[in-house]
Amino acid sequence: MRRFRVLLAAVVLAGVLIAPACADDRIKVVTTFTILADFARNVGGDRVDVATLVGPDADAHVYTPSPADAKTIAAAKLMIINGLGLEGWLPRLLKSSGGTARMVVASDKIVPLKASNDHHGEADPHAWQSVANAKIYVENIRDALTAIDPAGSSGYMANASAYLAKLDVLDRDVRAAVAQIPPARRKVISTHTAFGYFAAAYGVTFLAPQGVSTDSEPSARDIARIIRQIRQEKIPAVFLENISDPRLVERIATETGATIGGTLYSDSLTGEKGDAPTYIDMVRHNIKALMGALAR
Amino acid sequence: MLYEILIGPFTEFEFMRRALAGVLALALGGAPIGVFLMLRRMSLVGDAMAHAILPGAAIGFLISGLNLFAMTFGGLIAGFTVAILSGVVARSTELKEDASLATFYLVSLALGVTIVSMRGTNIDLLHVLFGNILALDDQTLLVIAFNATITLIVMALIYRPLVIECVDPVFLRTVSRSGAPTHLIFMALVVINLVNGFHALGTLLAVGLMILPAGIARFWSRDISGMLAIAVASAAVSGYAGLVLSFQTGVPSGPAIILVAAGMYVLSVLFGNVSGLVRQLFPGRHLEA
Repeated sequence: MRRFRVLLAAVVLAGVLIAPACADDRIKVVTTFTILADFARNVGGDRVDVATLVGPDADAHVYTPSPADAKTIAAAKLMIINGLGLEGWLPRLLKSSGGTARMVVASDKIVPLKASNDHHGEADPHAWQSVANAKIYVENIRDALTAIDPAGSSGYMANASAYLAKLDVLDRDVRAAVAQIPPARRKVISTHTAFGYFAAAYGVTFLAPQGVSTDSEPSARDIARIIRQIRQEKIPAVFLENISDPRLVERIATETGATIGGTLYSDSLTGEKGDAPTYIDMVRHNIKALMGALAR
Repeated sequence: MLYEILIGPFTEFEFMRRALAGVLALALGGAPIGVFLMLRRMSLVGDAMAHAILPGAAIGFLISGLNLFAMTFGGLIAGFTVAILSGVVARSTELKEDASLATFYLVSLALGVTIVSMRGTNIDLLHVLFGNILALDDQTLLVIAFNATITLIVMALIYRPLVIECVDPVFLRTVSRSGAPTHLIFMALVVINLVNGFHALGTLLAVGLMILPAGIARFWSRDISGMLAIAVASAAVSGYAGLVLSFQTGVPSGPAIILVAAGMYVLSVLFGNVSGLVRQLFPGRHLEA
């Protein structure tokens, strides 16, 4: 018995001594979905270890957290969320995980748009779809990282300004591409109203058969309204996204003669091998798909 | 004016015509099945089976995406397995059918949720959960019509033993050995029609178009053939009226159809010919010889 106690004490002592040496000294950051994770990786570089709760190709609106997520949050030092009502499931998770992470709202200082199809008059959470807003996200994330890890501040500054420069180029490219589409053809139907900010920033009109959230079911009246609208306004293209029911859009397309323009990525990046593994790839993919269907 | 409200949607939009065709096929196949489920006191079995099918459909979805045949096939396999296993256990041991069915469908559901979460996506399951009657493509429509046809033919073939098993299973056992096969075939039909239902209404509401019309029919007829006719008719009417309601008011179509059926059910409970509440309060004069 006594030997056992000694042994136990030794083990515990060894654990206490060794643990800090073994622990990864990178800063643990947890983000709610893949686009924020991409921003955080670009700003944080090697100094941070970024985890994401809602993985690639999954839908952040209707996500159900798992116990592993609570563990991730409890271990994190910084938590980056989108805000604007996107993560409705988050408050409960935060309470139950008992984490002590500092939380930063990445969409802070962004002027929110009203959700277009929504009757509640809530803010549209998909602010990252405009590259100008993405730059604000990146700045917010940079400031948050600097605040919790002042030692790395010069690195964060350098990473962020390099990435912001890339975003500037991206913004110019998107504007140049949209300029090539005849103004009368800058109209598309998409399954999910995630492109409000994109529409406002670049002057392409997006119409959707569903409300702003993917978890509401469309009624016959909604579908009929969309079909009438496509016929009346002669909208040339219909787009699918990686998160909504494609059968509905196919039905609308066959009934109106509009072309199906491929997939637009809205709320979530794809895996490594997909079309849109990073934010910049996502925007470039989307603009290419739009050009392919509209600029004829 | 009336034409515009009641018929206009269907002449203007193809998706409404497809939805109507789909819902009529569902009514033809599902409502008679519902009547037999009700007569055998198995109304809740339909719901349990719908849960049993879900994992199969989800697995089919995970293997090959929104492929109609994979989902249908997976659902049929899962449903048949649960139906046959619980039937075998119920008939060869002391455990009753309801208990063994409950056990097997819960196991199936648990397996399904495990498999889906191993793939790590949550949206997939939602697509399987909520079918959409407004998005019926050619394939789906053909599958629904095919299944309804099969159901009607097979029902015609097993009609006699099925009816006798409903009213007097002991008698059937004394005169024939067709009791067990009839039961299994019937369960297979239940599964087929549930799979049909979830393409159009989703697994959560697939049972609705089977059970509610049966409940309605019970209040208007005493004999089985009358009940079958009334059930099919009320299912068809609630399908049509539900679509019109969804078109005019913006209620999602699946719930709209079931809610119309529920309204008809309430009216039947109140004013039904057979044991309706009003009828019981004010019984007509007894016929005298």
